[in-house]
Amino acid sequence: MKHVTKKPLKQEQRWQTKISGGNFVDKFHAYRNLHAHALFSSLGRLVASRFSSAMTIVVLAIAISLASGFYILVANLQQLAGNLEASNQISLFLKDDISEGKASGFANTIRKNPDIQDVKLITKEQALAEFQAYSGFGEAVKTLEKNPLPIVIQVWPKKSLENEQALKALLDDFGRMAEVDFAQMDMQWVKRLQSIMEVARRGVTLLSLLLGAGVLFITANTIRLELHNRRDEVVIAKLVGATNGFIHRPFLYSGFWIGFFSGIAAWFIVTTIMLILKQPVENLSRLYDGAFHVLFLGFTETLALLFISSVLGVVGSWIVLHFQLRQLKPE
Amino acid sequence: MLKFDNVSMRYPEAGDVLRNVSFHLERGEMAFLTGHSGAGKSTLLKLIAVIERCSRGQVLLDGQNLNLAKDRQVPYIRRKVGLIFQDYKLLQDRTVFDNVALPLVIAGYGHHEVSRRVRASLDKVGLLGKERKYPAVLSGGEQQRVGIARAVVNKPPLIVADEPTGNLDPELSAEIMHLFEQFQQVGVTIFIASHDISLISQMNHRVLKLDHGQLVTS
Ligand SMILES: Nc1ncnc2c1ncn2[C@@H]1O[C@H](COP(=O)(O)OP(=O)(O)OP(=O)(O)O)[C@@H](O)[C@H]1O
Ligand SMILES: [Mg+2]
Repeated sequence: MKHVTKKPLKQEQRWQTKISGGNFVDKFHAYRNLHAHALFSSLGRLVASRFSSAMTIVVLAIAISLASGFYILVANLQQLAGNLEASNQISLFLKDDISEGKASGFANTIRKNPDIQDVKLITKEQALAEFQAYSGFGEAVKTLEKNPLPIVIQVWPKKSLENEQALKALLDDFGRMAEVDFAQMDMQWVKRLQSIMEVARRGVTLLSLLLGAGVLFITANTIRLELHNRRDEVVIAKLVGATNGFIHRPFLYSGFWIGFFSGIAAWFIVTTIMLILKQPVENLSRLYDGAFHVLFLGFTETLALLFISSVLGVVGSWIVLHFQLRQLKPE
Repeated sequence: MLKFDNVSMRYPEAGDVLRNVSFHLERGEMAFLTGHSGAGKSTLLKLIAVIERCSRGQVLLDGQNLNLAKDRQVPYIRRKVGLIFQDYKLLQDRTVFDNVALPLVIAGYGHHEVSRRVRASLDKVGLLGKERKYPAVLSGGEQQRVGIARAVVNKPPLIVADEPTGNLDPELSAEIMHLFEQFQQVGVTIFIASHDISLISQMNHRVLKLDHGQLVTS
């Protein structure tokens, strides 16, 4: 400041409000104050009307947990299908009249095939023992007079043999051999399972979209009611110079809180259900090769869940504000 | 400060409510607006706060043509005008403090600044100590003073009041008018619509009279 004016400030000048202008720091503080105000006042109102807030949040949480529950279910099934995919093996069930000696010779011939990686012979006794151990029919099997199981040769084609047609041709060749009763490629039902999974995954996507739309409109309706209840406040705020941003902000934050808390509640619902299912599923898994473990919502998935529900809440309230607040003039 | 230049206002339903109204209020002036019921007083005041826009002519506030103001500028215009209403327009579920603080919160003032200014404003209207009360437990005169505190808390250059004493007894009305005079003395422009002729005549200020939408004396 070069020169301080000698004339004292006129009173009216001192009275003038700082309507605009101010330096950057002031503006930043004002902006931060406005946001903090909206954030906490909307949270405060949510707490103040805890009964209706809780009901809305529970309804939303159920919708969100349905979507994310199906998602995690499919993810678990997919893990199961993924485990199976590793073994694109062929099982040859030999005819009943083939002796064990013949079978082992037959296995050795197969081993010489350049397309074949590995061959394993499972004798009738081995098959029966395995069946007794894993099927849970142990005692019943002991009462059988004659071992009903066939000799099985498991064949692993070379990894280079990825071509589906080549695999199919190989399978057909095996099927025509005199010793073989019938040949089965484990790939086939894995493939079938995978296409079922694909359907399920699409189903989850569609279901999520549908439930997401539901969440959107439930939030929108909640915010509409809130807007209706606080009509006077909105009108008065506009009369004393509130910008649309100031009016919108608390409602957007309300939408955010509703979505966010619904997301948290949905997470708890899904996790509780998974915890309840965990033990029986692990038991079942142990009966087979134990490679399957229950998948829970992971860190990224949890973040995504909370993010998506919060965004739905904000968008839902934005829709209402966009269409309803325009009509709300001070008069 | 405030200039009306050949302003006409037409409501589709009610026809011409204001016709060729022209006047000029100087900065720091205090003026009354009178006229029969339905003369157009409230409508005229609404033009100042851009609650309505005039159909012809122009309204200038601080040199700014309010007709040309964009919607997003309107809030900033309203911050220059302290509005006071006959029915006070207070938020019943908020304390006196929160009601008065509203314009400051809207303008984004920090907690301490809000608190300081609200107290100063309540002190001016003689309501310091009632900050924690709710409007419903206050008398009409006290509620109107809360309304006035809210209108001046942001230190606007112009205060516009529509029938501020309409619901008050003569003694309280005189008290409120005296309060407005105090604000005028610190340089605020005051514009009050009222049909309380006896009260207006006691006070020595400019009087604008509307008759069927036309200004008959100024
Ligand atoms: N929103 C509106 N739509 C249509 N006509 C209106 C509207 N507001 C006011 N009017 C009409 O405009 C005329 C003037 O109304 P205004 O409220 O300005 O009168 P006033 O001088 O304030 O009266 P009072 O002393 O009773 O408050 C009235 O005839 C009224 O019917
Ligand atoms: Mg009126």
